[in-house]
Amino acid sequence: MATSEKAEPTRRDFLYIATGAFGAVGAAALAWPFIDQMNPDASALALASIEVDLSSLEEGQSMTAKWRGKPIFIRYRTAKEIEEAKAVDVASLIDPQSDEERTKPGKEHFLVQIGICTHLGCVPLGEAGEYDGWFCPCHGSHYDTAGRIRKGPAPLNLELPPYDFISDTVIKIG
Amino acid sequence: MSGHSTFQPQNGIVKWMERRLPIIGLAHSSFVAYPVPKNLNYWWTFGGILAFCLMAQIITGIVLVMHYAPNTAIAFASVEHIMRDVNWGWMLRYLHANGASMFFIAVYIHIMRGLYYGSYKEPREVVWILGVVIFLLMMATGFMGYVLPWGQMSFWGATVITNLFSAFPIVGDPIVELLWGGFAVDNPTLNRFFSLHYLLPFMLAAIVGLHIWAFHEAGNNNPTGVEPKDAQDTVAFTPYYTIKDLYAIVLFMIFFVWMAFMVPNFLGHPDNYIPADPLVTPAHIVPEWYFLPFYAILRAVPDKLGGVLLMFGAIAVLFVLPWLDTSKVRSNTYRPLGKQFFWIFVFVCIALGYLGAKPAEGGYVIASRIATVWYFAHFLVILPVLGLIEKPKPLPNSISEAVLAKKGGSAAAAE
Ligand code: HEM
Ligand code: FES
Repeated sequence: MATSEKAEPTRRDFLYIATGAFGAVGAAALAWPFIDQMNPDASALALASIEVDLSSLEEGQSMTAKWRGKPIFIRYRTAKEIEEAKAVDVASLIDPQSDEERTKPGKEHFLVQIGICTHLGCVPLGEAGEYDGWFCPCHGSHYDTAGRIRKGPAPLNLELPPYDFISDTVIKIG
Repeated sequence: MSGHSTFQPQNGIVKWMERRLPIIGLAHSSFVAYPVPKNLNYWWTFGGILAFCLMAQIITGIVLVMHYAPNTAIAFASVEHIMRDVNWGWMLRYLHANGASMFFIAVYIHIMRGLYYGSYKEPREVVWILGVVIFLLMMATGFMGYVLPWGQMSFWGATVITNLFSAFPIVGDPIVELLWGGFAVDNPTLNRFFSLHYLLPFMLAAIVGLHIWAFHEAGNNNPTGVEPKDAQDTVAFTPYYTIKDLYAIVLFMIFFVWMAFMVPNFLGHPDNYIPADPLVTPAHIVPEWYFLPFYAILRAVPDKLGGVLLMFGAIAVLFVLPWLDTSKVRSNTYRPLGKQFFWIFVFVCIALGYLGAKPAEGGYVIASRIATVWYFAHFLVILPVLGLIEKPKPLPNSISEAVLAKKGGSAAAAE
């Protein structure tokens, strides 16, 4: 056996590789259901939408609704809070968003947001923190009166749920 | 396995078996005839103690499962049912809950032992890496176990820890939803954590098997860090170390039982006796004590992704430690500087643990940052540099020589 030249790929080599590749694809295809079963199931996805009546809220009051297992903060903001939120230079924010972008036109006194800190998911406390908005005690994130992150480890503003006013005082979330 | 397998069965049945499945011979060469350096001190008994802890957790866990229900509607009540109604239920649960803490006390001592005596160095790198894998699996198991009673700390601990993954760009949120099986920690999460909490200890047992296999191949390290030269330097595992390990296990059990019976909730958190409420976060959430140093590192960084990366990095750096420490000398007994930096490192780890339990504000944050920097500097700067500049003390020629010099004074060593 003195020949050191590389042997030409044979039909058998091809068959080995083809069989192996076929098996690998099959194994990956089979693995997928075992992984995907962990994803949110049909019942969790059934995008339960809820309707919330805001007529009982007075200026300066808040309420918490529950949607998709998450708290929804609804606040009837005071004139002072709205003023504070509008006075901020948007470009200077960590996650720049104007107050208008966070409310519905004509309904700017209502702020509707998902009450989950964008850091690691705690529920912040209302009317607290250095910016009169929300304060998350878990690792010290401060949100302003428009729910925008101002200070602390959280990277983003409080998330807004999809919602619409279906009448003057009733909103539909989801 | 290395060493003198002297197993010569006399008994007919054993002979018959050995011819077919040599399992008794394997056990004999692994746990009876296995040669061990004769100078191991009590820090070496923590391996046996850890094996005991794993068994204790598996046994108490399996019986708890006979009464526990992994459903958010009744999980909390089922744990209370264990505490109040089930025969001996209070004892089984307290043994399991405190057993987890005992397990971590033992593993931290065991890891520090390895760091002090250089047990991660050639040829024990694989032993060490398997050890870090065991540590990771233990953390995953402990974390998921703590979720099962479905109290406030269970729920919010689960929320915060799973949210760590949301820090990663793009893949983060899909991963978190995959972990939750929904849009928040909820019943699917509890169910899968229960399934994995049952599974992981058995995977742990398998990795422990590999860990033992690996160090039986390399041989035990010892307080001098000098490899055994001849049969004079070793003794058989049985009876010498079986008895020494058992003695240490009994002392450890006394401490364990004292904790479980006298101060069973000392290491727990009272908020976990409040049922989980997804709408209210407790004012001051803390993880179990054994995660505190890592939690302090997470909070030391003002950036979300940065904090998460450093926290995972704090464990990842352990994997490459064998290649970071440049010193040729294993044992810190012979490293005048290494020894001092070792104790500073121990102090830094304890300080991080303390800071992790404090609110993330003011001086605590600054102290956490200093300690975090030191933690990483220890591995990435101090250990690599120290090996190059330090002048170690002379090593003994053999284990026997070191033992005689210590025990018999200069007279015996002089000869
Ligand atoms: C590495 C080994 C293990 C560790 C570190 C561990 C850790 C824990 C922890 C910290 C808890 C929470 C205790 C509490 O505060 O109430 C827990 C609960 C639980 N564990 Fe484990 N565990 C281990 C093995 C097992 C095994 C093997 C099983 C089952 C076969 C099991 C079943 C349970 C059950 C049913 C609970 C809920 C009841 C309770 O909260 O006391 N565990 N575990
Ligand atoms: S979860 Fe809110 S600051 Fe960390």
